[in-house]
Amino acid sequence: MLYREAGQFKSSYGADEAIFPIRQDRWLFAAALIVAYVVVPLIASEYWLLSILIPFLVFSLAAIGLNILTGYAGQVSLGTGGFMAVGAFATYKLATSFPDLNIVVVFILAGLITAMVGVLFGWPSLRIKGFYLAVATLAAQFFLIWMFNKFPWFNNYTPSGVISAPPRAVFGHVFVTGAEANSVDKYLFVLSAVTLLALAAKNLVRGRVGREWMAIRDMDIAAEIIGIRPLKTKLLAFAISSFYCGIAGAMWAFIYTGGVEALAFDIDRSFQILFMIIIGGLGSILGSFLGAAFIVLLPLLLERTPMALGFDVPVNYLSNMQSMIFGALIIFFLIVEPRGLARLWQIGKEKLRMWPFPY
Amino acid sequence: MEIVAFLHALLVEPFVAMWQNPEFLLEVAIGGLLTGVMYSLVALGFVLIYKASGVFNFAQGTMVLFAALTFVGLLERGFPVWASFLLTALAMIAMAFVIERLVLRPLVNQDPIILFMATIGLTYFLEGFGQIVWGGDVHPLDIGIPKSPLIIGGVLINEFDLVAAAVCGVLVTVLAVFFQRTAIGRALRAVADDHQAALSVGIPLKNIWVIVWAVAGIVGLVAGILWGSNLGVQFSISLVALKALPVLILGGFTSVPGAIVGGLIIGVGEKVAEVFWTPATGGAIEDWFAYALALVFLLIRPQGLFGERIIERV
Repeated sequence: MLYREAGQFKSSYGADEAIFPIRQDRWLFAAALIVAYVVVPLIASEYWLLSILIPFLVFSLAAIGLNILTGYAGQVSLGTGGFMAVGAFATYKLATSFPDLNIVVVFILAGLITAMVGVLFGWPSLRIKGFYLAVATLAAQFFLIWMFNKFPWFNNYTPSGVISAPPRAVFGHVFVTGAEANSVDKYLFVLSAVTLLALAAKNLVRGRVGREWMAIRDMDIAAEIIGIRPLKTKLLAFAISSFYCGIAGAMWAFIYTGGVEALAFDIDRSFQILFMIIIGGLGSILGSFLGAAFIVLLPLLLERTPMALGFDVPVNYLSNMQSMIFGALIIFFLIVEPRGLARLWQIGKEKLRMWPFPY
Repeated sequence: MEIVAFLHALLVEPFVAMWQNPEFLLEVAIGGLLTGVMYSLVALGFVLIYKASGVFNFAQGTMVLFAALTFVGLLERGFPVWASFLLTALAMIAMAFVIERLVLRPLVNQDPIILFMATIGLTYFLEGFGQIVWGGDVHPLDIGIPKSPLIIGGVLINEFDLVAAAVCGVLVTVLAVFFQRTAIGRALRAVADDHQAALSVGIPLKNIWVIVWAVAGIVGLVAGILWGSNLGVQFSISLVALKALPVLILGGFTSVPGAIVGGLIIGVGEKVAEVFWTPATGGAIEDWFAYALALVFLLIRPQGLFGERIIERV
């Protein structure tokens, strides 16, 4: 009843090509934005903002990045963590070398540096395909992390190897990094960046570039024959994906944890983000958000449930139990809906359009 | 000048060091060869499963850990070695049944990446399960493999490494005979060749999958015992899987000889690089050297050394 497009006529091509062609979707999206920008900062506690919402947004950004590469362009990558580390360290070097540079510019430059590194490590994708490529991207992962740990130039010769993010403001006195930054400011800054980048990604994959990526994904030889240049298309996918991952890494280090440490971007991080896009849905921007929410919230839920139920279990037992349940749930979700949460959302919408009629 | 010195340390000095002390080079290479044997054993499990079911089984490393934990757990509870081995082998077979029924069968016909993710889920599950059942401590494992160093022709070799190499040789021979001479082996090769054709001549695919996962589990058990006797049974064994991956892409996902040769190349390359290039790079390059080596090979042969030639059609 509520969700029906009957009577919504389109009188221009522009209206027909809108991201949300159905009015109810537009309302829902606007409502979601209002909740995110106005309601959440008013009611959310410090804990929710800093430990749940900010990591969720940062993960969503990284997941969008990986989804562009894996979900749209079909190049499986296990090097996400490494690229995030590049973004984080590039931000650190830029921010400390040019203290006057605005943090937004620093983030963008760091993203561009990551994009270049991504192109470099994406080069083998022209010759190597499928799982061979996936394993080859692990080379990027291990090499980059080793490099950041090995050469003290990257952390400005700090003896401990752990470095903290210097305080920087977006404009005036609105600090988003460093110790005295306000959590609401941080949240709004990350949220704005994620909104802009997600919209950019959504439009990118709907357009010519996205179609080229999907053609390469579905069958690269056929795509080549109809005139899509694999070199340009694949490397562009690597560049843009790495740009997103780099910015996500920079925000992770600077805004979420407040410190840059190579260990935070190890192979487990790469798998975590791969999980997000698989659970959320390959080839879906919405799926990246849903997957990130799932992977961020699930461990919290697993941690809290035994306490809430009044069980008192030893810590090591609990962590093993968590990893068991996590693994089992992943398998369960893959069996129930291999195309991810985004697909479930889509099915739900289809059902709602027909309701209360069966078809 | 600094860069010249660095390049000198990177490109000249290691080779000078090798040239001046060839016996040491040989010793390092042999040491690497025997680590390579271990990598090969883990990679072998991957290859078996990939060949028969097209599943890229990330859980192989955890299966090695799980098998080793079960084995050592049974030993510690007073079972003799042979009984523990048999019981663990049975446990691995049972696990193969469960995995086939609960994970693989519902996911038949899905994209390879979905199955790959499912095996990562399996990895998490087994890590938790193994440690809940057997505890997360380091278990020393000693089943009487001699460990004294030997000097053969002026080169120092550890007896343990020789035993490991012999065990690996026997295992590969047994597997080769099993694959070439038995009816099940023939069926396995048929499935590896073409699922549908195998089904249409009446080979039961489900049973084949159980068998191949069980065989991979038992190969994992042998690998786990060898690793465990060397380093103790502990959580880090499952990380060996990450070392087996470059071995796999080097040798080709579908080739048993490839897994062996790839393992040896990676083992030697890694040890030699670690010993001779440490002054230039500051060490700890073991983590990524294997991947870089494999990547170089891949750029020349995208299907690995022994992989089936990739024929692409539209």
